[in-house]
Amino acid sequence: MSAFNAIGEEREIDRDEFTPEIEPQATWCPGCGDFGVLKALKQAMPEVGRTPEETLLVTGIGCSGKLSSYFKSYGFHSIHGRSLPVARAAKMANPDLEVIAAGGDGDGYGIGGNHFMHTARENHDMTYIVFDNEIFGLTKGQTSPTSPKGHKSKTQPHGSAKQPIRPLSLALTSGASYVARTAAVNPNQAKEILTEAMEHDGFAHVDFLTQCPTWNKDAKQYVPYIDVQDSDDYDFDITDRGEASEMMQKAEDALYEGEVLTGRFYHDEDRPSYQEEKQATGDMPEEPLAERYFDEDYEWERSYDLLERHK
Amino acid sequence: MTNDELIWRIAGGSGDGIDSTSQNFAKALMRSGLNVFTHRHYPSRIRGGHTYVEIRAKDDPVKSRGDNYNFLLALGDSFARNPQEEAYYGNEEVKPLTENLDELREGGVIVYDSGLLDASEIENFDERVEENNWHVYDLDLRGLAKEHGREIMRNTAGVGATAALLDMDLQYIEDLMTDAMSGDVLEANLQTLEEAYESVKEDYEHTHDLRAPTGTQEAEQVLVSGSHGIAYGSLDEGCRFISGYPMTPWTDVFTIMTQHLPEMGGISEQVEDEIAAASLAIGASHAGAKAMSGSSGGGFALMSEPLGLAEMTETPIVLVESMRAGGSTGMPTKPEQGDLEHVLYTSQGDSNRVVFAPGDAAECYEQTRKAFEIAYEYQIPAIVIYDQKLSGGHQTVPEDVFDEEPNPDIGSVVTEEDLEEAVQEAGRFKRFMYDDDGERGGVSPRSLPGQKGGNYLASGNEHNEVGHISEDPDNRVLQMNRRMAKLDSIRDELAENADHQAVYGPEDAEYGILSWGSTKGVVEEAVDVLNEQGHSVKAMNVSDMMPFAADEVTAFLESVDEALVVEMNATAQFRRHVQGQLGRFGEKLYSLLKYDGNPFEPREVVSGFESRISGDADLSQYNVRIESATGD
Repeated sequence: MSAFNAIGEEREIDRDEFTPEIEPQATWCPGCGDFGVLKALKQAMPEVGRTPEETLLVTGIGCSGKLSSYFKSYGFHSIHGRSLPVARAAKMANPDLEVIAAGGDGDGYGIGGNHFMHTARENHDMTYIVFDNEIFGLTKGQTSPTSPKGHKSKTQPHGSAKQPIRPLSLALTSGASYVARTAAVNPNQAKEILTEAMEHDGFAHVDFLTQCPTWNKDAKQYVPYIDVQDSDDYDFDITDRGEASEMMQKAEDALYEGEVLTGRFYHDEDRPSYQEEKQATGDMPEEPLAERYFDEDYEWERSYDLLERHK
Repeated sequence: MTNDELIWRIAGGSGDGIDSTSQNFAKALMRSGLNVFTHRHYPSRIRGGHTYVEIRAKDDPVKSRGDNYNFLLALGDSFARNPQEEAYYGNEEVKPLTENLDELREGGVIVYDSGLLDASEIENFDERVEENNWHVYDLDLRGLAKEHGREIMRNTAGVGATAALLDMDLQYIEDLMTDAMSGDVLEANLQTLEEAYESVKEDYEHTHDLRAPTGTQEAEQVLVSGSHGIAYGSLDEGCRFISGYPMTPWTDVFTIMTQHLPEMGGISEQVEDEIAAASLAIGASHAGAKAMSGSSGGGFALMSEPLGLAEMTETPIVLVESMRAGGSTGMPTKPEQGDLEHVLYTSQGDSNRVVFAPGDAAECYEQTRKAFEIAYEYQIPAIVIYDQKLSGGHQTVPEDVFDEEPNPDIGSVVTEEDLEEAVQEAGRFKRFMYDDDGERGGVSPRSLPGQKGGNYLASGNEHNEVGHISEDPDNRVLQMNRRMAKLDSIRDELAENADHQAVYGPEDAEYGILSWGSTKGVVEEAVDVLNEQGHSVKAMNVSDMMPFAADEVTAFLESVDEALVVEMNATAQFRRHVQGQLGRFGEKLYSLLKYDGNPFEPREVVSGFESRISGDADLSQYNVRIESATGD
């Protein structure tokens, strides 16, 4: 018998199951884009067919990090920039879990940039949502890695001299096998993209544009947006790295000029996930590690049997 | 010269196979029934540069590298002739001879490879030989090796010469070669070995008295390092996940684990940095695996942040801290005990972790098992701290130390049946339930992702019973008190089985020597010498650093007039820890400190003690320092 019976339970799932019955509810500012992420995620879960208890949501710190408080599932609210290493190991220990990592642009592209690159390259089967509002919110409005060049803040009073990070291109270059961008102002597309990202068997990166009405007055830039899949002007093959890359660069250039292009940019369904790769080399067991500790019949090997080489 | 111990030093260049040759030779000595202790000295450089391995073999127990040595096999550094390197390092050709002479005992034996080394280039060599009554044998080991195989086999030729000079049975060495090699390589090595043996037997007049000691150990012994102890202890506790980033000397334990985990159904991950390494261990443990990570000083500094996260989210993990000389990147291949305070107090907020400091390979095994047990039962990070000396040095350990049952118990985790009955709040499991009556010793029930009815939030922020972030003052105090109470419970549990603190010497001794970690064996040997010389001394090696073994150390210090605290660092971190934990004994404590990158030798401890007690020992020849304690 499995020790994790919540996993794989087939039943009708209601989005409201993901709402914790606890007060007070979200401490995000009125009009915050983060509400859009929470809503889209709750809407996507029944589509994916995963229950709250077979889902592990790992978040970083800051406003985005609070997602795990307002979303009822197993949750891990880690530290600034470290959601990915925590999440990917949890997935390795129990690959049957639905693992989602989430954080902000400072968290994910700044302090956690190294982990982003490496998790993408390994292609862990998980979904990574980055709340991208081009600002540090909870620390009260400092320039972030996605803030536009020239952006003025208390820490860059003369305007930032830095080019913003290009999250989509960075994800693609690093090896993510699914890359998309959506926006809180477009709940339908957000739900669809998150569903597809979770169903994707590999590292799915979703750059989620969220407005910060308090600290980033340019938040209005996210409306109107253009869905690259819905528009005939943007014809490209999302399974082709080259075409996807070109399209991403177009979208990344356009963002700071007021044209918001969202949608799916890259989708490689053939690349094996890290788990599959590691199992193929014999470096990872077929059965979840976590199950084994509950299996009374499992025969644990002893170091005593390794001593031959020391004699 | 007595024949009760052989301390054989093989010297040459890094990358010349010194390490593997010495491993085999040490095993051969063990198989002949001797106890063995090895000491590795190597530069932070891949090839070339002076390196040596010392093997001490004795019929009595050996607990340290000993004082000086009595047999030198100087092989020559094949990389020293590289002209490009010469520009950087100078001509190092004769280093395997010159670098080692100062520590060779009077009457000692020197075998050197005349195919690579020219003793006439060495200043005053003949005078020194005569002065010290050394017995020198120059052999063209390189030529011999080339004749029967390849130049690299001059190691083998050297071992053959050694065996001849010490009257050893070649069979042990031949058996080991047969196990490790096959085909032409084996043939060539055996030929080289035998040829060297025969020619030394026949062509040289043996002027020295030194012979290999006679071994009488009957119990099956194994030759392992402290890193093996830690790795095997982890495996036997059911640890099947390790994540790490390479760093000397932590890499020792990381690679041993990696070697075995896949075939034992586990996972090893080399990741981008140490922050990730510790975070992965947390993630794996959170999802229900027994997990570990670790590093050395600089890498452990990066783990400070996830360590705090593990404390706050009450995620059990075991971290290994393998110390090398600091600060910053310090001396990568040299031992020091300078990271104690780093390990005890790093990370933000109040410290809430368990720290064990094993003193030898057997203790590495036992205490790593204890670290896992405590970590998973009490949902707290546990750290095993040891050093470069213990990490890479091998010693003979009775095989039955490892003959223990595995422990796959995941600790204080609830089952789904438990969860059906469990207290819920607002649809979530009370994972961080207050321990109102203190009955659970601060431990709260833990569920795992995927278990029905167990969902909760693990947060590094202060949180309430179901894990939601909370800044409520009353909740804060209750949660803090509960988490901190675990250390008291652990202290009580450890006190029930208090033999972690190794006590040695006559119970009613007048003086004490207090040490921690790898200095254990050196101190014990010094205690023997001191008592033989008419002093009255006993020793205690403390392993339980946090929670601190307060009762035992107090009893020890109360029973002596004065205690010398021996440790390998410049600021007496352990002595300060003792004083801080006990709040007294300042007037009784003196430190003997060494931080030159080499481990203590027994004679340094003996002289340190005599210098303190009778004031007549000369410490000026050693890199050690005596310091009195300040305050209470």
